[in-house]
Formats: sequence, C-alpha cells, structure tokens
Amino acid sequence: MDASEFWAAMKERGLNFFAGVPDSTFQDTYNVMVSDPDIRYVPAVREDVALGIASATYFTGGLGGVIMQNSGVGNLVNSLTSFNLMYKIPALLVVGWRGYGGPPNDAPEHWIMGAKTPEFFALMEVPYEILEPDNLEPTIDRILAAIKERSVPGALLVRAGVIS
Amino acid sequence: MIARYQAIERILSHMRDGDLVVSTTGMISRELFTLDDRPGNFYMIGSMGLASAMGLGLAIQAPNKRVFVLEGDGSALMSLGTLPLIASERPANLVHIILDNEAYESTGGQASISSHFDLADTARSSGYPWTRRVEDLEELESALLEVAAADQLSLILVKAGIAPVGGIPRVSHLPEQIRDRFRVAAQA
Repeated sequence: MDASEFWAAMKERGLNFFAGVPDSTFQDTYNVMVSDPDIRYVPAVREDVALGIASATYFTGGLGGVIMQNSGVGNLVNSLTSFNLMYKIPALLVVGWRGYGGPPNDAPEHWIMGAKTPEFFALMEVPYEILEPDNLEPTIDRILAAIKERSVPGALLVRAGVIS
Repeated sequence: MIARYQAIERILSHMRDGDLVVSTTGMISRELFTLDDRPGNFYMIGSMGLASAMGLGLAIQAPNKRVFVLEGDGSALMSLGTLPLIASERPANLVHIILDNEAYESTGGQASISSHFDLADTARSSGYPWTRRVEDLEELESALLEVAAADQLSLILVKAGIAPVGGIPRVSHLPEQIRDRFRVAAQA
C-alpha cells in the first residue's frame, strides 16, 4: 500500500491532526505526512505527551491521531488508564509494530514488546486492528467504528512493509 | 511565598468567560474546583504530567481561546520535555502557570527537586518568549496584567508555600461530566 493512499484514507475520514514520535516501520509514510500541508503534525517528545496533545482534538470537535512505535506502549499506560479510558476521550493510535511475532524477528530490544503488543492493548481493553496490505479501508473503518462506539482510543497496528 | 489557594484565586480574577483551563491532578484541581467551578475548567484528576500536553493541543486547535495550564512543580518535572515542545510550537494563546511549592503536597508534602533550580529559567532556556518568576501577590498581579496585554506564549512560575486548605473537597463531577461540559466550552 502506498503511503499517500494511507494518508488520503485518513483525511477522507476527517483525521488531519496528529502528534507522535517517529518509527522506522513507516519511515516513508511519516515523511509523506510531515510534508502534507493538509495535516497538522506536532512532533511530541514522548508517546503519552503525543496522546495528550491529540486528545485535545476531541474537545475541538474532531478525532486526533498518534503516530508511534510499539516500544512506547508502556509510556501510554497511565495516560490511557487515568485519562482517556476514564474520561472516555477517543483518539486513533497508529502503532508501528516492531518485533512482530517475537524473536528472531527484528532487534532484541523489540522481541518482548513485539510478542506482547496486542496483549497489552487487550489487557487495557483498548480496541485494535492489524493493518494488512490489501484491506486498508475496511480495517480503518473497523477501528474507527470501535473508537466511536466506545469513545475510547483504538490502535491500528502496522507491521514493517505494509505501508511503503 | 504565596499561599497556592490565594494564587489560584488571583489567577481566576484575571480569567475571561471564554478562557479554558487545564489543571493538574491533586490539590490544584481541588482548589480550582472549590474556588470557581467553571465549565471551562478541565480537572485532569489523573495522568500526572499530561496537563501541559493537553493544553498545547487545545491551544493549537482552538486559536481563538486563551488556554491556561495550571500545574505544580511535580507535574512539570514529570513531563519536562514538554517545555521545549511547547516553546517550539509557540502558541500565542497559551498561558502556562507552574505553582511551585517545591513539594509533592498532594501526597503528603514530600520534597521535590525544584528547590535546586528555577523552572522559569528552564522554560526560558527551552525557548519560551516570556517568562516570569513571582514570589508575592503583587508580582503575580503585575505578571497577569502583562500576560493579558502581551498575546504571546507565556509562563509564570509562582513560588508558593505549603499551605494545605483544611477540608478541601474532591472534584464531585464524574469524569464524563467534566469532559462534556468542557467540550461545550471549548467549542463555544
């Protein structure tokens, strides 16, 4: 899937405000977004800070997005449990999935979180979808429907190579 | 030194109807709630350290509103990297106020490290175009007047004493009630 196709799908659904921390899983995708004049991006310093910034979009009448690597899932826990999930403030998390499937895939620092990323979201009762190369729009629509239905953050897990 | 409750009262006296306030967890939100329970107050009763991030997001996306972040030294220290982030975005409608009592008063007054350095200096070196350290109510008053006139990203460091207010209530609204009325205020 082409990066511009991904961002076009986001913008068609009203998502044009993102904050985040870069990830090499979608390096080119990130570059396309940063140079898109129709997307406002704030380069946050941590994933929880990105979520705090993107959550503000709910209050101004939209849905904000976070760009991050799954190694930052731990940084989100307190913001999710005592902010977004408690107040029911939605956001879309676009999460690069390093270490998919666990070892020996990827570098050692990604093995443990790589194997456990979906479990972390399941534990926190944060809905998630795994993006596949050939079902972009239905997957995005499913996660956005789950986000809207429960008014909570939801995650789109993106493996290396799915968006290029 | 200023009693924090008095400092919040003085800050509120400079507030306009449409202003939005994001207040940090613990006593600061409880004191704000007790002094003036405005719909434009977002009491961030959990997620310590996140108030400044949400304030930044609001200031960028609601440029016609003044956004006040009210946090303590503990929460500012917890998310210190947000200071240069806010400074690099530089929203002119954001007023960042740190009520610095050099302690984690909400958890029993344990000392923080802010007695060893000046958070206003940190903000200045982070790139805030206007910062002020105030130590009494007169200095706070004059800083608030300057902020109102300046229309630029501002940070006031209020050196506050430890002065617990007896019987201060918790925020009695449910989280979703705080959310809903704040959402209406943000879009008004």
